[in-house]
Amino acid sequence: MSDRMLTMAEAVREAMGIAMEEREEVFILGEDIGIYGGAFGVTGDLYHRFGSERVLDTPISELGIVGAAVGAALSGMRPIVEIQFSDFTAQAMDQIANQAAKIHFMLGGALHVPLVLRTPQGSGTGAAAQHSQNLEPWFANVPGLKVVVPSNPADAKGLLLSAIDDPNPVIFLEHKLLYKIPGRDPVPEGAIRIPLGVSKVVRTGKDLTIVATGIMVNKSFEVAEKLAAEGISIELIDPRTISPLDTAPIFESVEKTGRLMVVQEGPSHAGYINEVIAQVSGSASFGNLIAPIKRLAGMNIPIPYAPQLEKVAVPQIADIEAAAREIVKNWR
Amino acid sequence: MTANPLLMGHPLSSPEHAKHALLYMYRIRKFEEAVEDLFGRGMMHGTMHLSIGQEAGPTGACLALQINDQITSTHRGHGHCIAKGADLTRMMAELLGKKIGYCGGRGGSMHIADAETGNLGANGVVGGGIPIAAGAALASKMRKSGTVAVSFFGDGAMNEGAFHEAANMAAIWKLPLILFCENNKYGMSSSTEKAFNLENLADRGRGYGIPGVTVDGNDVVAVYEAAEAAVARARNGEGPTLIESVTYRWKGHSRSDKNLYRTKEEIEEWKDKDPIPNFIHKVLDRGILTQEQVEEIQKISTEQIMQAVKEAAAAESATPDGLLEAVFKAVSA
Ligand SMILES: Cc1ncc(C[n+]2csc(CCOP(=O)(O)OP(=O)(O)O)c2C)c(N)n1
Ligand SMILES: [Mg+2]
Repeated sequence: MSDRMLTMAEAVREAMGIAMEEREEVFILGEDIGIYGGAFGVTGDLYHRFGSERVLDTPISELGIVGAAVGAALSGMRPIVEIQFSDFTAQAMDQIANQAAKIHFMLGGALHVPLVLRTPQGSGTGAAAQHSQNLEPWFANVPGLKVVVPSNPADAKGLLLSAIDDPNPVIFLEHKLLYKIPGRDPVPEGAIRIPLGVSKVVRTGKDLTIVATGIMVNKSFEVAEKLAAEGISIELIDPRTISPLDTAPIFESVEKTGRLMVVQEGPSHAGYINEVIAQVSGSASFGNLIAPIKRLAGMNIPIPYAPQLEKVAVPQIADIEAAAREIVKNWR
Repeated sequence: MTANPLLMGHPLSSPEHAKHALLYMYRIRKFEEAVEDLFGRGMMHGTMHLSIGQEAGPTGACLALQINDQITSTHRGHGHCIAKGADLTRMMAELLGKKIGYCGGRGGSMHIADAETGNLGANGVVGGGIPIAAGAALASKMRKSGTVAVSFFGDGAMNEGAFHEAANMAAIWKLPLILFCENNKYGMSSSTEKAFNLENLADRGRGYGIPGVTVDGNDVVAVYEAAEAAVARARNGEGPTLIESVTYRWKGHSRSDKNLYRTKEEIEEWKDKDPIPNFIHKVLDRGILTQEQVEEIQKISTEQIMQAVKEAAAAESATPDGLLEAVFKAVSA
């Protein structure tokens, strides 16, 4: 077992490099991914390793980029699209939601679209309302798309390799604040894959189940460690993929703890995490709840610019801590 | 405060016009230098796209506009905003997250708008402002208000669908729109050579049946003359014009740019074509301004920017109160 600590940017790059070595059909396309190395440095040196045809710089044309990837995917290639900020998937939404997502089903299975769309999302960089959104629900509400939200480098690598293998379109949402920080766990060498659609129990506990993805896993983990010292035992579950959503470990956990808190960065209204609540509410585990389900999510506002405003718009560690403590203390 | 009524007219037509053009170019330069400095000292948040080297474009174009003519701007928008007459203190305050900032600290660099000077806003989305400007021009036509709209955008934006859709609609409806492309040779790391199979981006006008002109974007006089002709055409009901104003971005695209895609020599070459001395030579040669007057204007612009930084820094920080209520404008009874 290796003990390599990588950042998420490095892990994602490593996965793309492995996939490109494994298969000729894999190529990357996007804005400034070549010599620039990607707006967040994720493609890095891949341009120098694989050349300008397989690390293909595009004009600023998101609809065209995704459309070209769909066409290439229909024709024997395995494109990985990088959209510079997830906010600009809006430009490409026809190709994502109306084309890529529906082709296999709509055409009676005649064709399929093995495409991965990777894109950074999330707030915390002072880039304001059009560069900071969390758009999981846009994609999760479209049947035909798989949606992955990695929370750490090791998962990102393994999940991305599976996403590239997958014969369907996969949206891969990377939180930009995670790019530069090393994970808690080492990243295994080689082509280790993590299947899509398998939740991970990040930490076991008996008082409260927290379900979170992406950066909220890190924040919740810190809270869990801290509250452990106060005798509050938190079980933390990271679904890792939102579509498909692996609910069994969540139900099991709720049966054990009797308390559930879900945490997401995006606005609470119609957020994807509400799906977790709905699934639990419709399951037998609901009968084991001894506390109302707590939902902690972003405010229903666009992300503001000024740091003192941006901070209050999304759940911070202190918010998660206070909410966790409250639910355990108030419901016994 | 530094708000200034807009002056219109040829930059060489009088000492007053020459002073105005010079002052505004200096204001943009020095505003950006101040931003860079504040950023470097960790006093500013987020990211910044600076217009240093590109001052002649917005200044020349806005000299052809009345205060109620409208503009849409870009992520690299400080220049447009200043040239259209925005208040420097409120701009700086926005970047510093202050209550008196143009967006109350909610928007930052990429979202400053100023209704009073017809600035419909900078934009975080490349190409996002182009159809909006077409819409403003449509409203002008429908309401017979006589105003024109200018959309500023970069070379990179010309490869977004938004550009093509807006250009075509403006052409078929003969909208009073000026499509003002600031071709600074790069969209982030993509050179125009890589991103276009065209020498002159203005040639795209032909595809929409509208005039396309290429001008030296570092010559405020040439920019003004092209803009003035386009504005006259627009006001006359003859429809849109595409102007390609060729210039260069001296600084990195944004803070994180390592400039790996271009050479130091190229950057230096363009610094020799600095739009400000360019214009100073012209006004001195023609005896429109004296050396002393030129120096005086430089001094005034420096003072204005220092004043703006001082006032903005001293202003009260934006607070999170009322954020939820700020999402929608209240429905009036
Ligand atoms: C739709 C969209 N795609 C990508 C980006 C990221 N981005 C911001 S500025 C920029 C380059 C724009 O180039 P250009 O239009 O030439 O303007 P310049 O920066 O040169 O002023 C890119 C790719 C964005 N903001 N919006
Ligand atoms: Mg450009």
